[in-house]
Amino acid sequence: MLEHLLSPAARKRALLLVLAVVTALSLVACGEAEEPESPGEATPEPVEVTNVILASTTSTEDSGLFSELVPAFQDAYPQYRLDVVAVGTGQALEIGRAKDADVLLVHAKADEEQFVADGYGVERRDVMYNDFVIVGPGSDPGGIAGTDDAAAALTAIAEGGYTFISRGDDSGTHKKELSLWEAAGIEPAGDWYLSIGQGMGDTLNMASESKAYTIADRGTYLSMKDRIELVVVVEGDERLFNPYGVIVVTDASNPEGAQAFADWIVSAEGQDVIREFGVDTYGEPLFIPNTQ
Amino acid sequence: MQVFVDAVVTAVTLLFQGSAELWNVIAATFEVAIISTVAGVAFGAPMGFVMGATRFRGRRLLIALTNTGMAVPPVVIGLVVMMFLSRRGPLGFLGLLYSVDAMSIAQTLISTPIIAGLTAAAVASVPYKLRLQARSLGASRIQEALLALKEARLGVLAAVASGFGAVVRGVGAVMMVGGNIEGQTRVLTTAIVQESRKGDFGLALALGLILMFITFTMNGFLTWYQHSNERFEGR
Repeated sequence: MLEHLLSPAARKRALLLVLAVVTALSLVACGEAEEPESPGEATPEPVEVTNVILASTTSTEDSGLFSELVPAFQDAYPQYRLDVVAVGTGQALEIGRAKDADVLLVHAKADEEQFVADGYGVERRDVMYNDFVIVGPGSDPGGIAGTDDAAAALTAIAEGGYTFISRGDDSGTHKKELSLWEAAGIEPAGDWYLSIGQGMGDTLNMASESKAYTIADRGTYLSMKDRIELVVVVEGDERLFNPYGVIVVTDASNPEGAQAFADWIVSAEGQDVIREFGVDTYGEPLFIPNTQ
Repeated sequence: MQVFVDAVVTAVTLLFQGSAELWNVIAATFEVAIISTVAGVAFGAPMGFVMGATRFRGRRLLIALTNTGMAVPPVVIGLVVMMFLSRRGPLGFLGLLYSVDAMSIAQTLISTPIIAGLTAAAVASVPYKLRLQARSLGASRIQEALLALKEARLGVLAAVASGFGAVVRGVGAVMMVGGNIEGQTRVLTTAIVQESRKGDFGLALALGLILMFITFTMNGFLTWYQHSNERFEGR
């Protein structure tokens, strides 16, 4: 929110960032030769259990996916204990930069690629995607229900001045929303546009209370559908797809464990867990595995 | 270490550059803190005075309830206020949820028991003999009460400072009933939570320093006032 004001401090930070990148890159260059070829191979006999810290996002955690993924991973790799830290995407990437996490599972593709390009991550791999939906009150004051053009829907909301609630928290969902406004050629501002800097659940609650439109990931929306008064007004636009990537943090404190998780989640076994998740409850998968 | 130095630099830069957005946040912070402190004094001080200076049936129970009120987590107060102000709640027709008014209501519920409890303790510590003496000199009940309040004024000031501190540093209740809406209900504490979540720890810390500066200024003022009173008494 206030970033643009920080020119002197930001400049100093940028310098530090460059230094950090150079250091990280030189460490990678030195470390590369000794890295074992496939550290992800499971050891048969149970050895000492080490913990692997996975930084992910609140929306992923709220969907309940980890309650399936974590036990399945630990069955496959009993030597690792997977600790999930669920925060905003921005904070997850920051935790990764500080090397406080070993592996990341987040959904902000451009930022993830930048993260790897800056040397903080070893590699980014596609894991799965879910999709976003634009939701609003059942009365649909903007008359946008039924369209599958997300940008046109946002244009109608802005032109009619109907209340729209933005996460405004730099999360993957917020970034997706901003990219859609950009596609619509609108810079959202005004009394009708409320930026609240909160999580998905809080945002949906507030939209329901205020009879407002908002954008949500389908999983969180489905999980709250019965408790809020909001209906899906736009879905199916390709621009609403939300790809997730897995990144092993450079110089992670548990590089073997991090690599094991990254390799497992893109394996046939991990992808199956993702494909089956949510089918029992919602009759449809919440995440579509898409590792190439 | 660098991050702490940066935070101080950022805090000073932010204050001196003074963006409209930061001032909105500071203005909302003050608005909520002042309304809920003044309302807390209006409700809590007379309550505390009655509890501290008089004897009546159920007084101990009332004091115990007040002390419990001082310890209720703000997030619970926020939850209850939110449920009342929700469209589906009994006061939903007022349309107050997600406004500065809603935040002031919640924070008043937090400040009132603190101010009442500490005022009661301060007034109760005024020697009873002093009041008896005043009465024997022909003071009316009201004059006697005013004397007790005057004697306890340093403690009452501390009660007000505690009430202000509680509402200015509170985050749980204001986040729930205010909603952290940019330019409207965003206050320093909710902005700090938000910037931390975004991973901008430096900016979050800078906002924290601004908050501390505000509290320090208020408390400095109160301390100065207390000391000028003490000097007067020592003469």
